[in-house]
Amino acid sequence: MGSILIGIYIFFLAAFLGYHLITRVPPLLHTPLMSLTNAISAISIVGAMVIAGMKHDLVTTILGTIAVLAASINVVGGYIITERTLRMFRGRGGGKK
Amino acid sequence: MSPQFINFLYFIGALCFILGIKGMTDPKTARLGNIIAAVGMLIAIIGTLLKKEIVSYEWIALGFIIGGIIGALIAIFIPLTRLPERIALSHAFGGLAASLVGIAKYYELGAEMGSVKIAAIGFEVLFGSMTFTGSMMAFGKLAEILPSPPITYKFQNQSNILIFMATIALWIYLIFNPAASHFFYIMVGLAFLVGILIVLPIGGADMPVVICLLNSYAGLAAAATGFVLENYILIVAGALDGGSGFILAILMSRAMNRSFANVLFGAFGAVTEESLKKQEEFYAGKVKSTTPEEVAYLLENARLVMIAPGYGLAVSQAQFVLGELAKVLKSKGIDVKFAIHPVAGRMPGHMNVLLAEAGVPYEDLLELEPSNALFPEADVAIVVGANDVVNPLAREDKASPIAGMPILDVDKARTVVVIKRSLAPGFAGVPNPLFIKENTLMLFADAKQALQEILNNIKGVVSRLH
Repeated sequence: MGSILIGIYIFFLAAFLGYHLITRVPPLLHTPLMSLTNAISAISIVGAMVIAGMKHDLVTTILGTIAVLAASINVVGGYIITERTLRMFRGRGGGKK
Repeated sequence: MSPQFINFLYFIGALCFILGIKGMTDPKTARLGNIIAAVGMLIAIIGTLLKKEIVSYEWIALGFIIGGIIGALIAIFIPLTRLPERIALSHAFGGLAASLVGIAKYYELGAEMGSVKIAAIGFEVLFGSMTFTGSMMAFGKLAEILPSPPITYKFQNQSNILIFMATIALWIYLIFNPAASHFFYIMVGLAFLVGILIVLPIGGADMPVVICLLNSYAGLAAAATGFVLENYILIVAGALDGGSGFILAILMSRAMNRSFANVLFGAFGAVTEESLKKQEEFYAGKVKSTTPEEVAYLLENARLVMIAPGYGLAVSQAQFVLGELAKVLKSKGIDVKFAIHPVAGRMPGHMNVLLAEAGVPYEDLLELEPSNALFPEADVAIVVGANDVVNPLAREDKASPIAGMPILDVDKARTVVVIKRSLAPGFAGVPNPLFIKENTLMLFADAKQALQEILNNIKGVVSRLH
């Protein structure tokens, strides 16, 4: 029960911090923000890896492997597409960034 | 490796995620932010590989290699006009991963679980499954594999609410009876069904809100996974993602002056025969059309040109021609600014990415308020593939379905040029009085073709040929 309480604690602190950060993201960057948070939430891969690798039985292994597969599409793709869109944004005078 | 050390790695990973999002608050630091967040993910994955629960690596490697290749291929080759589809798909994969982890955990532990754990697993599987099918539906609508207008039938909202309540009832039952496994699997099935049903009645142009909400759900599912596995990095990442999606959804629905309930249950944008007929009468004989030559002349004699793009720009892939037109005008000393409405396009920030891709510097991409401050000074305003977001009815007619929606005041410019294929109504299904204003000229053509002809005229290519 204790760990659940700590979890709730962390959840609300992170949500509060996230709220203050995200409201400061300019609409210009809303698309890359979305692809980045999407890549970040693919952290479920951590759970999927444990299930795919713990050799409990065939059913859990297969479920875990599919979960690893789905999450890694977002892990790898999410960062690449965010970089790809961000590279497009140039300031005046053609300076990169 | 000791669990303390692995937890420390997770802590570093979570910190990187937060710093990564902080980087996104400024275009100058955004790329660095992305790299920091990616490093955080790498640290978390390495930490997990060191866990002693993991006894074999071949299945993990198999999933990671296949998924990584698919993810990289999509990310590298998808045209940026189709980004909304890519985002919808990734929410689907995120939801699926969370849901499968939950199902596997239930299958492994079953009746041994306490009420708290089954509550978390239930929540994870519920939101994960709903996000999966809901996002697949959104993807289908965006890719036009499925019809994009709302699909409605009798008692739709009532039956949806009933099914949703049944799903929640099963979840509550499971909290008290974790061993009732057949109920668990029925709940999973119902959650998949709910995802499909809730997106059916939502039309294409409401997708910005839906995508943001699904983003939020995917995050909440990941956070719930964190509660199930007692892993705090998942809770942090899920809270950030869930919060981000929710805030964006609020911004989007505010930009349409609609409530979530109206977006989700309103079946907005169902076009009826009757409304089409009314449109014809509304426009009859009052529309002035123009030619690319005339528009080119207008532009060459302007000091300030404002351009309001919409989803039509993405559909006809006209961003590059538009970017070049802006560049040519600027080289002639004419100021060009882009007015970006928050819900222009199919996802937040969609137009900004496309115009950036076409080489428009981001200082020239203006938000709603600075745009409206500038329109009265503009000599020419060009509307490309946008309709409802420039409809003055939102300001003037309190009975209109778009009443109160903040719009781009393009009609305040001296001359307005609307590039549009036909007088077909926008998503809201209402006529647009902008099209019959005395300072409005309509250029009926495909956006890309029309812009190319205007550009040719300005460059003098055509005049030399004649």
